[in-house]
This record gives sequence, C-alpha cells and structure tokens, in this order.
Amino acid sequence: MLQQISLFKTVYCDAPQPWQLGFQDSGAPGFTGIVELHNTIFFYLVVICVSVFWLLGSIIYYYNNTKNPIIHKYLNHGTLIELIWTITPALILIAIAFPSFRLLYLLDEVISPTITIKVTGHQWYWSFEYSDYVSESGDPIEFDSYMIPESDLELGQFRLLDVDNRVVIPVDTHIRLIVTGADVIHDYAVPSLGIKIDACPGRLNQASLLTERTGVFYGQCSEICGVYHGFMPTAIEAVSVQDYLTFLDSL
Amino acid sequence: MSDTAEAQSNYLLQTAGFDARFPNTNQTKRCFQNYVDYNRCINAKGEDFAPCKQFLKAYHSLCPNAWIEKFDEQKENGTFPASFEP
Ligand SMILES: [Cu+2]
Repeated sequence: MLQQISLFKTVYCDAPQPWQLGFQDSGAPGFTGIVELHNTIFFYLVVICVSVFWLLGSIIYYYNNTKNPIIHKYLNHGTLIELIWTITPALILIAIAFPSFRLLYLLDEVISPTITIKVTGHQWYWSFEYSDYVSESGDPIEFDSYMIPESDLELGQFRLLDVDNRVVIPVDTHIRLIVTGADVIHDYAVPSLGIKIDACPGRLNQASLLTERTGVFYGQCSEICGVYHGFMPTAIEAVSVQDYLTFLDSL
Repeated sequence: MSDTAEAQSNYLLQTAGFDARFPNTNQTKRCFQNYVDYNRCINAKGEDFAPCKQFLKAYHSLCPNAWIEKFDEQKENGTFPASFEP
C-alpha cells in the first residue's frame, strides 16, 4: 500500500505489480504501438466525454422546465445541428479506425524471421520447441515450462509468474512463434511484448516476436482452459545473441 | 569467448521465410504442405537429393514435433490423408 502512495517508485520492469493501473513497460515495438494508440485515443476520449457532459449538464441546467417554460422551436428541431452531430461522430470513428487498422495489420506481419519457436499449450503448462538447427538425425530441442509452486519460490521470484524453464531468445531478432494447443484452447500472452495469440488444438497460429532490450518478460495463459488456468505462466528471457548461442549449446 | 565462437559455428540462425501461399496467421496448411512436398520430393529424386532438404527444414521448423510423429505414423500405416506420389 505504501508503494502505491510513494511518489518515487523503483522501476517495475516487465511484470505486473499489485493493483497496477496502466501498462507494463514495453519491450517490443508492437506493444509500444498499442500503448501509443491507447493513449492517443484516450486523449480524444476525455475531450469528447468532457464536452458531451458539459453540454448535457448545461442544457439540463439552463433549459429545464422552471427556468425555460417556453419551448424554442430551433432547439426542438434543427436539421443543420442534427446533421453536424451525426456526421462528426462518424468522422471521429473513422479517424480512430484508420490508425487502429494500420497497427492491427502491422502486428500481423511476420517479418523475415531468423528463428522459429514452437509453443504448445497443455493442461496446465507450456512447452517449447526449437527445431531450426536440427539435422535429420539430431534430437530436437524441446522442453516443458512449469510454474514454480509457491512453496519453492526463492527470494526475488514472482509468485504465479516464474517458471522452471524460461524461453531464451536473442534480443533484437525477429522471431516467429508457432502457437498451438495439445488438449484444449489456451492463449499465449505476454503483455510487455504485445503478444496474445490463441493456442488451438489442430491449428498452427503464427505470431511475430521482437524484443528491443534484454530482460525477462512474463505472461500468462489467457483463455480459460481448466482448473489450473491461472497457474500456467510463461517467462521469456531476452539475452544477447552470444548468450543465446551459449544457451543452445548448453541444452 | 572461445565457447561462443564454437557455438556460433554450430548453429545457423535461419528459419523458413515468408511464403506467399500462406500469408495469414493460420500456418496449419503450410506445415502439412511442406511435409507432403518433402515426401513427394524424395519419392521422385531420392533421399539424398539436396533441394529436398528445403522442405524437410521447413516442416521441421513449422510443425510441432508431436505432429511430425503422427504424420510419420500415418505414412507408415498408409493412412496419411494425401498422396506422396511425385
Ligand atoms: Cu491454458
């Protein structure tokens, strides 16, 4: 509670904090775009809300039955004003739709990826596969990633967010995620990287992933998938390319 | 550092690129198609024909390993829902 009041906060990177309002710090251009769109629209939303309620309030105040017993003809019906307040909202909606669609299609784009990582949702854990480097005989790189139970948490680890095996990825590298489910529909979501994509059994969904800085980014399953839906988080660890290669070697 | 250099030479950071036949989020058919194409390719040109490796790498990159196992099983049983005839 004290942390909420305190003005000078330490930086809470990449994991939600209790009672957080607003977004986590962005780690990917996609999420920066989402936050920017949200903030821009929110500005106009506040302007519209204030002016609409101002108008509504002042009309109720000045033109009520006691203050204004005579009905003005041009207040009851006015073709011009009705045209203006019908067309203006339509234009505003269009002005919101365009940047929104632009962002949507930009997020959809998977730009010539360097690595493909396969993500599979299970009841109730995520598993990951790196298969780009595998020769015909070589063993595929695959591992499961379970949440660390509360009793095993070490100091500094996040309750309900930290996992035993993190997904290690190189920073500043375009990565393709192929997301699927093994049993029921899950949803792979990492807010600070702007990823949220359904993991449907029998279907492969593609998403693009690019981190702009190193760090650990936390996410959770975002489709109700059974009793332990809330206990299958994921952690993406973005490291330098050198460290990534060392990680591959260690597997 | 020498470890890194060694590691660097071991891995080629490369994966299946953009495929204009499958521009959408849904890549299911792309995995399947590459599997079929690989098998057609080796049936026509033999296992060692280098250009076939392209399909092999693509379907390994795109298909979950469990799917590949299932496909292989179906191929052996002759129940795979596509023809491998070149
Ligand atoms: Cu789930």
